[in-house]
Amino acid sequence: MSDDQKPKGVKPAGLPTGAKPAGPPKAAKPAGPPKAAKPAGPPGAKAVKPPARPALRPPKPPTARVVGAPAEGDGEAHGLPVLTRKDFATPADVRWCPGCGDYAVLAAVQRVLPELTEKKEDVVFISGIGCSSRFPYYMNTYGMHSIHGRAPTVATGLKSSRPELDVWVITGDGDALSIGAGHFAHMLRRNVDLQVILFNNQIYGLTKGQYSPTSEVGKVTKSSPYGSLDHPFNPAALALGADASFVARTMDRDPKHMQAMLRRAHAHRGTAFVEVYQNCNIFNDGAFFDFTEKDSKPERTVFVEHGQPLVYDDGTKGIMLDGVTLRSVNLDDGNRSTDDCLVWDEGDKTLAFLVIQQLFWNDALPRPFGVFYIEDRPAYDAMLQEQVEAVTEKKGEGDLRALLHAGATWTIS
Amino acid sequence: MSDTASPTTTPTRTLPEVTVLFAGDSGDGMQLTGGQFSHATALARNDLATLPDFPAEIRAPAGTLYGVSAFQLHFGERAIHTPGDEVDLLVAMNAAALKVNLGRVRSGGTIIVNRNSFAQRDLDLASYESNPLEDGSLEGYDVVEVELTKLTREALADFDLSTKDTDRSKNMFALGLALWMYTRPIEPAREWIRGKFATNETIRDANLTVLNKGYHYGDITEAFAARYEVPPAKLDPGVYRTIKGNDALALGLVAATVKSGLKIFYGTYPITPASDLLHALSRYKEFGLRTFQAEDEIAAVGSALGASFGGGLGVTATSGPGVALKTEFIGLATMTELPLVVIDVQRAGPSTGMPTKTEQSDLMMAIYGRNGEAPAPVLAAKTPGDCFEAAYEAARIAVKYMTPVLLLSDGYLGNGSEPWRIPDPDALPDFPVHFADSEDAPTDEDGTFLPYVRDAETLARPWAKPGTPALEHRLGGLEKDERTGGVSYDPENHQRMTVLRAEKIAGITRELPPLEVEGDDNGEVLVIGWGSTYGAIKAAVNHIRDESDLRVGHVHLRWLNPLPADLGEVIERFGRVLVPELNHGQLVRLLRERYLIPAVSLPKIQGLPFKASEIQDAIRAAASNAN
Repeated sequence: MSDDQKPKGVKPAGLPTGAKPAGPPKAAKPAGPPKAAKPAGPPGAKAVKPPARPALRPPKPPTARVVGAPAEGDGEAHGLPVLTRKDFATPADVRWCPGCGDYAVLAAVQRVLPELTEKKEDVVFISGIGCSSRFPYYMNTYGMHSIHGRAPTVATGLKSSRPELDVWVITGDGDALSIGAGHFAHMLRRNVDLQVILFNNQIYGLTKGQYSPTSEVGKVTKSSPYGSLDHPFNPAALALGADASFVARTMDRDPKHMQAMLRRAHAHRGTAFVEVYQNCNIFNDGAFFDFTEKDSKPERTVFVEHGQPLVYDDGTKGIMLDGVTLRSVNLDDGNRSTDDCLVWDEGDKTLAFLVIQQLFWNDALPRPFGVFYIEDRPAYDAMLQEQVEAVTEKKGEGDLRALLHAGATWTIS
Repeated sequence: MSDTASPTTTPTRTLPEVTVLFAGDSGDGMQLTGGQFSHATALARNDLATLPDFPAEIRAPAGTLYGVSAFQLHFGERAIHTPGDEVDLLVAMNAAALKVNLGRVRSGGTIIVNRNSFAQRDLDLASYESNPLEDGSLEGYDVVEVELTKLTREALADFDLSTKDTDRSKNMFALGLALWMYTRPIEPAREWIRGKFATNETIRDANLTVLNKGYHYGDITEAFAARYEVPPAKLDPGVYRTIKGNDALALGLVAATVKSGLKIFYGTYPITPASDLLHALSRYKEFGLRTFQAEDEIAAVGSALGASFGGGLGVTATSGPGVALKTEFIGLATMTELPLVVIDVQRAGPSTGMPTKTEQSDLMMAIYGRNGEAPAPVLAAKTPGDCFEAAYEAARIAVKYMTPVLLLSDGYLGNGSEPWRIPDPDALPDFPVHFADSEDAPTDEDGTFLPYVRDAETLARPWAKPGTPALEHRLGGLEKDERTGGVSYDPENHQRMTVLRAEKIAGITRELPPLEVEGDDNGEVLVIGWGSTYGAIKAAVNHIRDESDLRVGHVHLRWLNPLPADLGEVIERFGRVLVPELNHGQLVRLLRERYLIPAVSLPKIQGLPFKASEIQDAIRAAASNAN
């Protein structure tokens, strides 16, 4: 099926009428964090200087090639078919609740994929079980809606045997952190070359509203009428603790930032983990409104960017490192400047731990978003492939007859 | 038995068959000793069968009853089907080994004991009230007391070795003595020692010295009335090697990857007694196959299914507890209709059970153990060497019918060994593979791929792997529309799909060869078996037919699901059906239900294989009830 044979009249997945979250962005160019303070002057004496950004591997081969800015409409450029957002939509009706944050993630993925690949057939989405895990049904690519918590296992087997494929894992807070926590951690430590998008809504949606492993302590739900006793996971900290080589966080209501995170994740070789704060407007509405709504967002969020000081609230506040403690400081009273602020270094794991862990469930400090950590470490699938090739080179192509006759044999005539 | 000239002073007698049992502490190296004796026996051209029998504890406290490790070997000039009902020679390295294994020794059999391991402390550990070497309890046996520890230490007096390292060599004394006793060649063991300890000359030379010392001890001691000779067996012409079941499974999978061109992805998690399969396959990367030691049993099967989705052949192997964990993924393979091979090297259950002991108690789990209606082909290997063909067949069926396949082996087959006539790779069945492409894939009017439109004969759906343009599709555990593969909650569709999945598996009977009935083609008793009981049943049926006028047949089922189409017709030719199984009666229930016959069950649930004599007794009983 070529591009122009696609079923026509299929609406790209978008937000149903009346949905609250912002629609997909109109701008196609990569965007930085919105309203991020930019007064990054030369770092002063007090500032923590980042070392040079860690060397990253070159961009991925063909499937990962950036073909160009996403174009609207079908067309050909330089002899290559240019994919569009529509090419990644399926005829299946999207069955998430109207207003669900999942729509925004679907829209962002469908929007960035044409930039990231020219071979749709090489893209595979693997999911587990849960609301978010219906995602592959809405992507016109290869996909598998597998078993609760087990998507990392399927994806690991697929990518390890077909390293040339572009594999994405779609999961949620229950899927990845409860029933599938073991696989999640092992995928990260192995560093299989794929992207993981974790839709964190801090609730079980598909089973209709029980508390999840990211729900806050004391949460009252159907299964916790007197309040949940469970201490919540911090997914980004868990990922970092499992030696993830790429850890980022974004939110459903900031499409530009989400797209930027997806691009960064895709460019990374190894397991790229992206946590998305996603609103479940049915069972946990407003869980992240502090961070996503325009009246509170400036004060409650800080967007980290490599080489830039941690500044927020329209440039009026910053984050300072005091020993090993992070503190919020005012930048508009003349006592402190951006020079005093912690300058972000996405290659520094210690900094990543500090920020991820201290800026969490703390009303006095903003919640961080952006790429927290990136590390250049060999991917499991590439090493497996290299090992197979090295052994084959050393021993020669396998000879079945010789193998069967290996060791001591005797002949009866 | 005949006396023949011997190169030594000890006369040599000829025997048609012999059963030897080496027993000692789990740290005494009895499995190595047995393995090397088997190797020498195979090179002496005898047919043989082995039964390694060891505790789950790696190094149980020395001298205890539960720490005893044993290796039984039955060899002969005639066809050997079992590890032997009764032991002719027991080599007991300590008091506990004697106590645990004395019951297996035939009346009048020979017992070689390490005299130095019968001190009071050894007797206490073995719960002996009095010394069996002195209290007359071994009357009726030919007991040869050897100061094995002392002789080993004397032999190594000039070596710069600790007492511990010195004593560790004493199993080589036992091996040397046993090789002498049965006139086995000593050179293969020498060669093995030279290879095994190539990097440590002292240990190498110590072991060689002790091996020689044991070999020559027989001549010097005059404690043995005779040496024995077992003439070569009349095996079919061909090139042979010894093989263990787990190694044969590995080779069968390599053969499947070579013949099909499919890259095998072997996802697994270590578990007794299946781990050797991983150890073997992980060495064969030059065949392009990949092995993956997953974080758990679920990840093992999940990764295998992921590889199958990618157009490889996903294989996983485990034992019963692992199959329990893999259950949900096997169901997903049924729903997504992707090939998957699940090998169960069964062990005694339930739960952790007795991990190092054999059993056939996972049959019902293999056939029925999944949520929903989830039919899957189930087949079983019958001998260590047969594991090769069974693995190849399981892989071929999985791909041809786009289905998970369960292959049952067990601890006895997995660790047991036999001489194996090496197959000709060119003579293996064809293993065609077809991937759908945009030219031949079924599509609807507007060109959309229909991943669930089936082959008219096999009912298999097309296999389209990622990377194939225009065939993008989504699989998953939700019920599928029978054409588009889209999610469907349609009531009629679900019924049709359930029936189709069942018919696909049932239809495999079309390609099964006619059942082979060994022994009599009709008569009083038909013995129906499956899996590792083959040798014991065959030996029992042969024995009964030799000694009586009873007409007894033997059918051994490769296929447990679906059952062969002609089984009912074979059953009708006999008065009574007897089903020996190493479980509490599982196949027998299937047969009763399917054929409405009062089949007789012979269950054995002791963690040990059948003795032929146990089956002989049951055949006689069934025959008398039939009349």
